[in-house]
Amino acid sequence: MGNLAGNGAVHVDLEPAADILKDNHYYLNMGPQHPSTHGVMRVLLEMDGEYIVNPQPVLGYGHRMQEKMGEHKNWMAFMPNTGRMDYAAALPYNHGFVALFERLCGIEVPIRAEYIRVITSELNRLVSHHLWMGAFLLDLGAFTPILYTFDDREQVLDILEDITGSRLTYCYFRVGGVCKDIDDNFVEKTRAFIKRQRERFDIYNDLVTGNIIFIKRAEGVGVISPEMACRYGVTGPVLRGSGIAYDVRKNEPYSVYPNFDFEIPVGSNGDCLDRYMVRLQEMEQSLRIIEQALDQLPDGPFLGKVPKKLKMPTGDCSSAVESARGELTYYLVSGGGDIPYRLKIRVPSYSNLSVLPELGQGILLSDLVTTMGSLDLVIPEIDR
Amino acid sequence: MPPELLRMIIAAALVVAFVFLNAMILGYMERKVAGHIQRRPGLMEVGPHGVLQLLVDGFKLIGKQLIVPEGSNKFLFRLAPILSFAPCVLPFVVIPFAKKLQIVEMDVSLIFILAMTSINVIAIIVAGWASNNKYSLFGTFRAVAQAVSYEIPLLLSILSIILITNTFSLQGIIAAQKYYWFILIQPVAFIIYFISGLAETNRAPFDMPEAESELTAGFHTEYSGMGFSFFFLAEYANMFTVCSIATVLFLGGWKGIPLPLGDFTGIFWFMLKVYGLLFVMIWIRWTYPRVRFDQLMTFCWKYLIPFSLANLLITAVLVKLI
Repeated sequence: MGNLAGNGAVHVDLEPAADILKDNHYYLNMGPQHPSTHGVMRVLLEMDGEYIVNPQPVLGYGHRMQEKMGEHKNWMAFMPNTGRMDYAAALPYNHGFVALFERLCGIEVPIRAEYIRVITSELNRLVSHHLWMGAFLLDLGAFTPILYTFDDREQVLDILEDITGSRLTYCYFRVGGVCKDIDDNFVEKTRAFIKRQRERFDIYNDLVTGNIIFIKRAEGVGVISPEMACRYGVTGPVLRGSGIAYDVRKNEPYSVYPNFDFEIPVGSNGDCLDRYMVRLQEMEQSLRIIEQALDQLPDGPFLGKVPKKLKMPTGDCSSAVESARGELTYYLVSGGGDIPYRLKIRVPSYSNLSVLPELGQGILLSDLVTTMGSLDLVIPEIDR
Repeated sequence: MPPELLRMIIAAALVVAFVFLNAMILGYMERKVAGHIQRRPGLMEVGPHGVLQLLVDGFKLIGKQLIVPEGSNKFLFRLAPILSFAPCVLPFVVIPFAKKLQIVEMDVSLIFILAMTSINVIAIIVAGWASNNKYSLFGTFRAVAQAVSYEIPLLLSILSIILITNTFSLQGIIAAQKYYWFILIQPVAFIIYFISGLAETNRAPFDMPEAESELTAGFHTEYSGMGFSFFFLAEYANMFTVCSIATVLFLGGWKGIPLPLGDFTGIFWFMLKVYGLLFVMIWIRWTYPRVRFDQLMTFCWKYLIPFSLANLLITAVLVKLI
């Protein structure tokens, strides 16, 4: 297995001999099937009583060779795969992938298409954060919040289903635009949703944020210092929770994001509570972006002129977008033709997971579950 | 057949029947209340508003195979559910449902109930150890530490009532609440008792032994079929016992405003109070996150025990003075 976790060798013996371990330590397998890994991931824990001595993530249970597939297909044939890597926020994956070809081939995207992309991507970010919030609190043992967030999530999924045709694994963007225009019905429904969601934040705060047990469980747990976050290449809300205001939407603006007025929420301590607060505020900022985009929505075509068979020039290109979990980068090497020579995808969850071996040393099992929940890992994205 | 033996058999059958009935009512109540708290209708399929769902679930669990994991201690693995269930039935023998409805009246009813509810932890030790599963063992560690710790504030809060009434007889304690309920003069004891009761019955937010997000299902991870349902029945029977002691000690037992129900008035008030408390337990479970294990212990040793000791001391001084 080698150096998968980026921190020394990984023991992969299913039942390591007991005499290897000193001081009454023992191994505990968390996963591949465990309620808190939220997917087929395994964490091999070396335990000392209830304390964790050394957690090692073991990956590869859901590997589908997405990158290799990308080297055998043209862009349209690979499009559906992009939505299947991060099932919780598929549209930013669509976005990064089409932006790659647009940048490489110099294809103009109509301004209306860019607005539609931003609106749907931000809606997708909300969906992802709804899912994360429910799952995170489920990890903490509160069962009810997930049904409240899923109630709101359903509203967005219905809106997105109307225009994209699917509810989870979207394949909506095209090189040069999007595949279907949005109508007045969509705008109306989205505005109604924004109004509703703003009221729902009060319920979230009543139910969760002010809860003393929740604060005691999340405060000071899984602290990632800014230095440590940079060392591991952590991005997204996890990085912002540590107090570094880095967001691809602001720092390397793409699409029409410079047209909108929004803030990057940052935390101060880098603990689980900060990451929770950052995501909660990010949902509010997403609503702001959607609101402005709907106000400014220009008329025009939703799909630009794109040749049937894309002729890529020789060379390489990369594109970065801010997915719901952090910076998502596609890198492509082209040898001409319409099929990439090499496609590399840098996914945020993988880097975010890499802090776990260091973060999990000497903490309680319960805290590891909390920490993993706050990192917002999507396993098919890590094992892509 | 001697009438005393007949009486015992009927009483035993009634008690077991009531334990099953209680589990069904409580199971239905839990799922329905949880549903409404979570903005969904809950059980709706079997019978009107799903009232027969728990019956169907019961048949399903009886029909299921009890899988005995490899490497487990087979005898102890099968023994544990029975060991958990049997002592939970016994407290029902002395619970005063009404003035005349109590199978046996003992002078030490309260001690009998407390002794019987404490046996449950032995069943958890046996279950967790015999399962040959690390998660089960984890649940057991936690369950034992938790049960032993929370027994202390539980007993201390009960003691302050005993100091006032000078009796361990449940009917005697109810009789002592002639003019007012003891919750009015012992609110701190009631709160401490209720919190400790939640921990004793392994209910959220203190459900550490079966914390599903950390330990999958804790000590009953490996149990299926009737093995699982015995733990389930025991949990609900224990919840009922804890709440009925709270009703007897703090809420006046079967006493209430006279209703035109004849002898059933007492039962009506008793059940209303007990299920009211059970409703609060369910409400708490579906609202709060789970506490962490070290926080659970800190809460018990640093807050509950000092407070219950202080409460006991003040009660003792006041009883002496008055």
